[in-house]
Amino acid sequence: MSAALTLLRRDLARLMPGGSGGGVLPLLFFLAVAMLYPFAVGPDAQLLARTGGGVIWVAALLAAILPLEKLVTDDLDAGVFDQLYLRDVSEELAMAVRLLAHWLAFAPLLLLATLPAAALLGLDGETTRTVLLGLLAGTPGLAAVGLAVAALTASMRGGAALAGLMVIPLAVPILIFGAGALARPDPSALLFTAAISLVLVALAPFASAAAIRASRES
Amino acid sequence: MQAQLIATDIACRRGDRLLFKGLSLACAPGDAVQVTGSNGVGKSSLIRILAGLLRPFAGEVSSVGGIGLVDERLSLDPNLPLGRALEFWERLDGCRDPGRALEVLQLEPLLDVPVRYLSTGQKKRAALARLLNRNCPIWLLDEPLNGLDTQARKSVEALVALHCNGGGITVVASHQPFALPQGKTLAIEDYAA
Repeated sequence: MSAALTLLRRDLARLMPGGSGGGVLPLLFFLAVAMLYPFAVGPDAQLLARTGGGVIWVAALLAAILPLEKLVTDDLDAGVFDQLYLRDVSEELAMAVRLLAHWLAFAPLLLLATLPAAALLGLDGETTRTVLLGLLAGTPGLAAVGLAVAALTASMRGGAALAGLMVIPLAVPILIFGAGALARPDPSALLFTAAISLVLVALAPFASAAAIRASRES
Repeated sequence: MQAQLIATDIACRRGDRLLFKGLSLACAPGDAVQVTGSNGVGKSSLIRILAGLLRPFAGEVSSVGGIGLVDERLSLDPNLPLGRALEFWERLDGCRDPGRALEVLQLEPLLDVPVRYLSTGQKKRAALARLLNRNCPIWLLDEPLNGLDTQARKSVEALVALHCNGGGITVVASHQPFALPQGKTLAIEDYAA
């Protein structure tokens, strides 16, 4: 348990804005998309209010890709996972902790940034609430897919660009149900989003751990 | 429980090339072995097999006691000051007295320097400090002398001698001469496939 806490402290220090990982860049990217969209489609308030929720979802998905580059590669290259293995810290534990740290580093700030983004797109209160709930349910799944893909591509040259491409199809179910919640008045789509997230969160530490072990053999 | 490290009849394959085969090694407390051989002969692979990080193509490795590894990869966050980077491993290893290792390896003046600014030799010393603080019986050292000056080499050799006198096991892979307590060597070329 104390090993997990020590790992979490290090991962958070690295991944949080101000650490050596991505920093605030994903957030600025997210806000930039919300800001550019009205410029691109014109100041039609009704159109913006109708499509804005979906735009926020797409921006969130793309912003979730940005921190992936540093998520696993640096530690793999530096031999950190080897040293952890020799200390009987399993790759599964290390990856589960990293998943938590990765989510904590980008999701809460993303939810906060959703408020100004919703204001920029002129969303009403009800829609903003649905978007926020959807992102709350969907971001753990996005983080899980991101981590697994980052671990799979970590030992490859140019893996970061490939990771970005690989995340997109895997994240489509979250996007469909998460953004789909905006079109329906009942909460079933949100619950589906949460269920998909839960499955992905449960699988990701094992998939990423297997990827890290496999990279030792190459 | 006494530390031991036993490898029986191991073979190593990298890609489609068999590097060595039929290699056996048995280390009891106090033993030190230097693995010698030219570049690419499989020294580092042997160390990784002994550490359990690489599966041998054939044969078995068994060990009793914690294993500490120092190889060319530092495992210290390059952006953190050395002191903070080492602190993570100290906490993980439950090390209470990190000061001694820092003193022996003369790292105290460098604690505030970010790891990425350290020279090759200083980085090597930092990795050795991490090893000392781990306080484990089996040491696996892959080219521990790279980048070290004469004085630092002497102190690394002295550390290894001290470790083995205290009942530790050391396997050193190095192409450079390394003064070990019993001077035992294992030439990988003898087992080349």
